[in-house]
Amino acid sequence: MFPIIATRQLSESVFETTVSAPAIAAKVRAGQFLILRVDEAGERIPLTFSDWSSDEGWVRFIFMRVGKTTHKLSHLAAGDALLDVVGPLGKPTHVGGLGRVAVVGGGVGAAVAYPVARAMAAAGDEVTVILGARNRELLILEDEFRALPLKELVVCTDDGSAGRKDLVTAPLKELCEAGAIDHAMAIGPAIMMKFCAATTRDFAVPTTVSLNPIMVDGTGMCGACRVSVGAKTLFGCVDGPDFDGHLVDFEELMSRQRVYADVEREAAADFESECACRIK
Amino acid sequence: MRERDAKQRAKSFDEVNLGYSDEEAHAEAMRCLQCANPTCIEGCPVNIDIKSFIAGIIEGDAKRGVEVLKARNALPSACGRVCPQEEQCEAACVLARKGDPVAIGRLERYLGDLDLACDLEHRCRPDIGAPTGRRVAVVGAGPAGLACAGELARLGHAVTVFESLHAAGGVLLYGIPEFRLPKEIVAAEVEMLVEMGVEIVTDVVIGATHTVDELMGEQGFHAVFVGSGAGLPLFLGIPGENLNGVYSANEFLTRVNLMKAYDFPRHDTPVWRGRKVAVVGGGNVAMDAARTALRLGADEVFLVYRRTEEEMPARKEEVHHAREEGVEFKMLCSPVEIVGRDGWVTGMVATRMELGEPDASGRRAPVCVLDSDFVIECDTVIIALGTRANPLLTNAAPDVELNSRGYIVAGPDGETSKPGVFAGGDIVTGSATVILAMGAGKKAARAIDEWLAGSA
Ligand SMILES: Cc1cc2nc3c(=O)[nH]c(=O)nc-3n(C[C@H](O)[C@H](O)[C@H](O)COP(=O)(O)OP(=O)(O)OC[C@H]3O[C@@H](n4cnc5c(N)ncnc54)[C@H](O)[C@@H]3O)c2cc1C
Ligand SMILES: Cc1cc2nc3c(=O)[nH]c(=O)nc-3n(C[C@H](O)[C@H](O)[C@H](O)COP(=O)(O)OP(=O)(O)OC[C@H]3O[C@@H](n4cnc5c(N)ncnc54)[C@H](O)[C@@H]3O)c2cc1C
Ligand code: FES
Repeated sequence: MFPIIATRQLSESVFETTVSAPAIAAKVRAGQFLILRVDEAGERIPLTFSDWSSDEGWVRFIFMRVGKTTHKLSHLAAGDALLDVVGPLGKPTHVGGLGRVAVVGGGVGAAVAYPVARAMAAAGDEVTVILGARNRELLILEDEFRALPLKELVVCTDDGSAGRKDLVTAPLKELCEAGAIDHAMAIGPAIMMKFCAATTRDFAVPTTVSLNPIMVDGTGMCGACRVSVGAKTLFGCVDGPDFDGHLVDFEELMSRQRVYADVEREAAADFESECACRIK
Repeated sequence: MRERDAKQRAKSFDEVNLGYSDEEAHAEAMRCLQCANPTCIEGCPVNIDIKSFIAGIIEGDAKRGVEVLKARNALPSACGRVCPQEEQCEAACVLARKGDPVAIGRLERYLGDLDLACDLEHRCRPDIGAPTGRRVAVVGAGPAGLACAGELARLGHAVTVFESLHAAGGVLLYGIPEFRLPKEIVAAEVEMLVEMGVEIVTDVVIGATHTVDELMGEQGFHAVFVGSGAGLPLFLGIPGENLNGVYSANEFLTRVNLMKAYDFPRHDTPVWRGRKVAVVGGGNVAMDAARTALRLGADEVFLVYRRTEEEMPARKEEVHHAREEGVEFKMLCSPVEIVGRDGWVTGMVATRMELGEPDASGRRAPVCVLDSDFVIECDTVIIALGTRANPLLTNAAPDVELNSRGYIVAGPDGETSKPGVFAGGDIVTGSATVILAMGAGKKAARAIDEWLAGSA
C-alpha cells in the first residue's frame, strides 16, 4: 500500500495527490510516469510525476477527472492509500544542451511541463514556458512556474480570462518567426501537440512531444501503447513517452485513445450515480 | 477425465477439465505397470519419480505420493494442467506404444489438488534448512523465479522476489486463462512460498525502480536470480496493425486474466468484445486467445495459421478443446494486411500457403501460393506469434551478456557473465514451457547455494 500524504484540488476537475513511495522517489527524473491502481477491482492507469522529493520519500501527480479511475482518485484524501504504484516508467525527458527551448503545457499537461521546465532550466537551457488553458479557472501551477528561473512565462486562455486570448500555437509561432528558439517541447492533449508540431515544422525547429496512449503494464509487455513514429511502430511506455513530434502519427494516436470511449463513459456514469446514492 | 460440456463451457470462464475423483484416480493409477526401469521418469524434464508417486495412489497413501511429487516439482497442480505431457512423460510411457499411456499429468494434478485442498498447516511442506544469513534477490515471480525462490528458502537462504506487476505468477497469472488454470491455484502455490519465508514484493521493476547492481550493492543481496520471462510481444509488421481492434495476445489475455475485463464494469478494465475474431498463430497462446474470445461472446472465432494442424506447437488437448468449442481452423493461410474503416478493423487479407521442404526446425516450411489472397471478415484480430526478450532489465545491466536475440547467455546451471548473477526460464531459452522454466529455476538455486558457500 502507498499512503496518501496530501491532496489538493487545483480546479473544478483537476486534482493533485502526494503519495509516500520512497523507492520510486529516489529514482524519478522529469518526464517519467507511474502506473497506479486504486483498489482491487481497479484499472492500471499511467500518470506523470509532477514533483517528488527523494529526501522525504514522496512523489506527486496531477490529474484531470475524466473517467471512473480518476473519479475514484479524486475522492481519496490524506490518510487513504493507493493499492499499487509502480515506477518510474518511461525514458526521462532529454534536458540540457538544447539551447533556447519553448515548453508548451496545455491543460493538465502543465503538470508534466512543470518538472520538465525546471529540469531544463537547471541543466542550463534557456526556457520559455507557454501555458494554455480554456479559461482562468482551469489554469494550473501558474505560481509554481513563476518561481522557476525562466526566460519568460506566456499565459494563454481560449476566452482571454487570463493572459493572452490565444491558442498556445500563436506565441509558439511568434517565437519561431523571431528565430528565438532552438527546440520546442509540447505536452498536452494530442490535438494540441499535433498543432504545435505542425507550427514548428515550417521553421524546422526540432520538437519533442510527450504522448499518452492507452497503457496496461507500462513495461513493454502488452503493446497496447504502440504508436507510429515515422515508418516505425514504437511502444509509448518503454520507447517514450517522448517522441519526435514531426514524425508522430497523431490521427492514429487519437483514434487509439478512443477505443474504449463508449464503455468507459457508461462505467463512469454508473460509478457517479452509485457515489451519489451513497452520499445521500 | 470429466469435462464440462463444450457448448456450455464455451460461454464460461470456469475450468474445463473437472479432475479425477478418488476412484477414477485409483483406477487410472492401477493401469501403471510399475516398470522395473521406468522410462517415463526420463521423459520428465525435472525427473519427477513418477513411478513412486503413482505407487502412492495405488497403495492408498496419497500423502506419500504428494511428498514424492513435491520433492521435484513445487507446482504440481499447475504443471498437471499445462505441461505438454504427450511429448514428455506420457510419450515415454511403455503403454504409449499401444496408444494409451497412463494419464500421468492428470494423476499429478489429482495429487497436487488434494494437497491444495488442505488448509495451509496440513499441506505438504518441505523442511526448511537452518538460516544461512545469506540474502538472494529473485527478479520475476513466474515459474522460474518461484521455483528458484522455493528451493533457496529450503536451503535456508533469505529470499526476496521482486515482481513488476501487482501480483505474482507470471504467465500462469496473466497469460494462461482461468478455464485452464484457475487463478486460485496459482495464489495457493504462492501462499505456500510465503509461508516458507519467501518475501514477495510486487510493483517493483528491476531496471527502473532498482537495478541489478543496486540489489547486489546498497540493497545487500549476496546473489541475484533473473527469471524475467520473454514478455515482449511480436507483431506481424503488416499494414493496418495499429487499427482499433487489433491486439497482441499478451494484451488481450492480460486484460481478461490479470485485470478481469470479462467482469467489466465490476472490474474497471475494459476489453473490446469482437463478434468475429481472427487469431493469428498456432501455439498454446493462440488457443488461449481464441477460446477466451469465444467466452467473451464472439459469434465466430477463426484461427489463422501458416502451416497445418499437424505442425501446431500447441498441446494436443488445447487444439482438441478449441475445435470442440467451435473455433474454426483456417490452416495454411498467412495474413498480409489488416483492413479497416474509421480506424476500426473490418477484415484481414490473407494469402494461401502450401507446405514445402522441411526447414531448420524440421517442420515443412510454408510457402505462398501466388495470387491467392482472400479476405476474412472480422472486427478483431489477435496476434499470437510469440514473444521476445524484454530489454528493460538487461538495458540497465550492461555487464550481463546477451545473445544476438537479446536473451541472457547462461551456463547449464544458470550462471551468467556477471559473478553472483544467475538466470533461467524464458529470459534464457526464449518462450518455452512452465516445467522447463521451473527446472531452470531450481537448478540455479542449487548453483547459487554453492556459489554462496564458495564466496563466504
Ligand atoms: C504516459 C502517460 C502519462 C499521463 N499523465 C497524465 C497526467 O499527468 N495527468 C492526467 O490527468 N492524465 C495523464 N494521462 C492520462 C491518464 O492516464 C488518463 O486520463 C486516465 O487513464 C483516465 O482514466 P479514467 O478511468 O479516469 O478514465 P476513462 O474513462 O477510463 O478514460 C478516459 C480516457 O483516458 C484515456 N485512458 C483510459 N485508460 C487509460 C489507460 N489505462 N492508459 C492511458 N490512457 C487511458 C483514454 O483515452 C480514455 O478515452 C497520462 C497518460 C499516459 C499514457
Ligand atoms: C498464453 C500462454 C499460454 C501458455 N501455455 C502453456 C502451457 O500450456 N504449458 C506450458 O508448459 N507453457 C505454456 N506457456 C509458456 C509458459 O507459460 C512460459 O514458458 C513460462 O511461464 C516461463 O516462465 P518464466 O518464469 O521464465 O517467465 P514468466 O512466466 O514470463 O514470468 C516472468 C515474470 O517476471 C516479471 N518481470 C519481467 N520483467 C521484470 C522486471 N524487470 N522486474 C521485475 N519483474 C519482472 C513478469 O512480470 C513475470 O511475472 C504459455 C505461455 C503463454 C503466454
Ligand atoms: S503499456 Fe503494455 S507495452 Fe506499453
